[in-house]
Amino acid sequence: MPPLLEVGRLNVQFRGERGWVTAVEDASFTVAPREALGIVGESGSGKSVTALALLGLHPPGTRIGGSVRYGGADLLRLPPRAMRRIRGGDIAMVFQDPMSSLNPVLTIADQITETLRLHQGLTGAAARRRAVELLDMVRIPDAARRLDEYPHRMSGGQRQRVMIAIAIACAPKLLIADEPTTALDVTIQAQILDLLRELQERLGMSVMLISHDLGVIAEFAQRVMVMYAGRVVELAPAAALFARPLHPYTELLLRAIPPVDADVARLPTISGAIPDPEERIDGCRFRPRCPFAQASCAIEPPPLLEAGNGRLTRCPPRLAA
Amino acid sequence: MRELRRLSLRFLNAVPVILLVAVLTFFLMHLLPGDPAVVIAGQDASPQAVARIRTQLGLDRPLPEQLLVWLANLARGNFGTSLALNQSVLAAVLDRLPVTLSLAAISLAITVPLGIGAGVIAGYKRNTWIDQSVMVIALLGVSLPGFWIAILSVILFSVQLKWLPSGGYVPLAQGAWPWFASLIQPAVVLALFQIGFLARMTRSAMLDVLDQDFIRAARARGVSEWSAVIKHAFRNTLIPVVTAAGIILSLLIGGSVIVEQVFALPGIGRLIVQAILARDYPLVQGTMLLLGFAFVAINLLLDIVYLLVDPRVRYE
Repeated sequence: MPPLLEVGRLNVQFRGERGWVTAVEDASFTVAPREALGIVGESGSGKSVTALALLGLHPPGTRIGGSVRYGGADLLRLPPRAMRRIRGGDIAMVFQDPMSSLNPVLTIADQITETLRLHQGLTGAAARRRAVELLDMVRIPDAARRLDEYPHRMSGGQRQRVMIAIAIACAPKLLIADEPTTALDVTIQAQILDLLRELQERLGMSVMLISHDLGVIAEFAQRVMVMYAGRVVELAPAAALFARPLHPYTELLLRAIPPVDADVARLPTISGAIPDPEERIDGCRFRPRCPFAQASCAIEPPPLLEAGNGRLTRCPPRLAA
Repeated sequence: MRELRRLSLRFLNAVPVILLVAVLTFFLMHLLPGDPAVVIAGQDASPQAVARIRTQLGLDRPLPEQLLVWLANLARGNFGTSLALNQSVLAAVLDRLPVTLSLAAISLAITVPLGIGAGVIAGYKRNTWIDQSVMVIALLGVSLPGFWIAILSVILFSVQLKWLPSGGYVPLAQGAWPWFASLIQPAVVLALFQIGFLARMTRSAMLDVLDQDFIRAARARGVSEWSAVIKHAFRNTLIPVVTAAGIILSLLIGGSVIVEQVFALPGIGRLIVQAILARDYPLVQGTMLLLGFAFVAINLLLDIVYLLVDPRVRYE
C-alpha cells in the first residue's frame, strides 16, 4: 500500500543569534493509511517543529527544505490557497494546550462551524446539526446546549474534546496530535487517548501522535520514531522497539520508565541535557551523553542505517555489535 | 441580569465620583490667588465698590457656606450664573458644546479607522519595513507639537492655497460644507496625535494576540490570513483598543485649548481658559462638573462596550 504521507529529508532552520540554527535535520519518514505513528523525544528534539512544518504552520522567517509528499503534491511547495484546503480538511491538528487553543471571544459553535463552512460549504442549520453530532462523537454531554457556550466555561479536558471535534469535523485522512494529553490530568489523559483511538478506527484516519511520554506512545502507536536534537535516531515497529531498542538513547529512555511491578529506590536517568541547537557537536549528537560512546562516534555524523524488519537506527557501533 | 446589576453598580459608583469632582473643583478654584470682584469692578474701582460686589456675589460668606449653597443649587439643577458673561453657566456651556462636539466627531472619525488600521497592519507585519514606517509616522504624530502643525497647515491650506478658512466656526445649520471646512484643519491636527497613540496601542495588542495558540489553531483549521488577523486576532484586541478610543474621546470632549486658540474656535477648551483667567468661579466650577459628568458617562459607555465585545467580562 503506498504511504499516505511521505516526508523526505525535511530540514527546518531558524534564524539564531549567530546565523541559521538547525531544528530538524534530514528527517525522512512515511505515514501509512490508517497507521498510528508515534514520535517521541525530549523537548527541543524537533518533534513539534516537524509537525508544524508539515502544515506550513512554522513561524515566519523559518527556512524549510526537503519534501512532504501527499496525494501527488509536495505540501512544502503548495500555493497558500491550496495549503489552506489541506489544513483542517485532509490533515488536521490538535495542539498541546487546550486552554489557549480555542478563541476566547468565539463560541464553540462558531469555531466548529467555521471549519465546516471552509471545507464542506456547510452553513446555518446544517452546520449546526453537524456540530452537535461532532460534540456527541467526542462525548461532550448535552451537546446542543454547550454549543453556544464560550470556551472559558469548559474544563481543560472538555476543551481538548472540542479541539478534537474541530479536527475531525471534515473527516481528515491524517490527524496530527501534538502532545494532546500533556496539559491534562492523568485520568483525563487516558480518556482522551481512548477517544483518539476510537475515532481513528471509526473514521479510518492515520494519526501522528507526538509525545515526550513513552507510556502514551506505547499505548497508542504501531510504529515509533525517536528524535534527538533534531535528528531521527530510531524508527521501528512499536513492539520491536520496546522489546529491543537499537539506539542507546531509546534504550536509556526505556530504562527511565518506572516499572509497574516493582519498587525502585532510584530511577536511572540520562545524564546531561539535550544540546543547545546553536552548539556545535561533531559526529553523533548524542555522544556527550552516551555511555557507549566510542572514538569513532566523534568523526562524522552517523547515517541512519537499515536494521532489518523495517527498522532504522542511527548508531552504527551498536548495530555492528 | 448579572450584567444589568453590574452596570447599575457602576452607575451608583459614579455618584460619589461626581460629588468629589464638585468639591475638589470648588476648593481648587478658591485656592487660586485673585478676586473675581476686582476683575468685575475693574482695576481702578474703589475698595467700597469691590466690597459691594463681593457681598452681591456672596463671596464674603465663609467658604463652607458658599460650598453648601452651590451644592444645594446643583441639586436643583442650577449650575449658577457666570460672573463675566451675564449668562447662566449651563447656557454658556451649551453654546460652546456644538463646536467641541463637532470637532470631536470629525477628529474621531479620522482617528479611529486610520489609527486602528495602521496598528493592525503594523502588528501583523511586525519588524518589517512596513511596521517600522508606520511606527515612525505614529511617533512623529505623537511628538510633533500641535500648534506648530496647526500653523503650518494654516500657511499651506488657508494662506497659500486658499482652500480652507484659517479660523472661526460655522454652525452645521449654515450648510454641511462650510461647517466641515471650518473644522477639518483643527480636526486633522488633533487626529495626528491621536492616530499615533491609537496605532501604538492597537499594534501592541495585536502582537500579544497574534502569538496566542488559538491563532495557530485557527490557521491549522484552514482559515485565511484575513480571517486569522481580523476575525480571530483583532476581535481579541478590542478591550484595550476600545479603552484607548475612550481616552481619546474624553480628551476631545474636554476641548483642546491650543487647537481652539489657533483656529479661533469658540469651544469648551477656550471657555475654561477664559473663565479661569477671569476668576469666574461659577463658570469654572460648573464647566468642570459638566465635564466630570461627561467622563463618567463615557466610562459607563465603555463598560457596556466591554460587555458586548468580550464574553469573559460577562461572567466575571
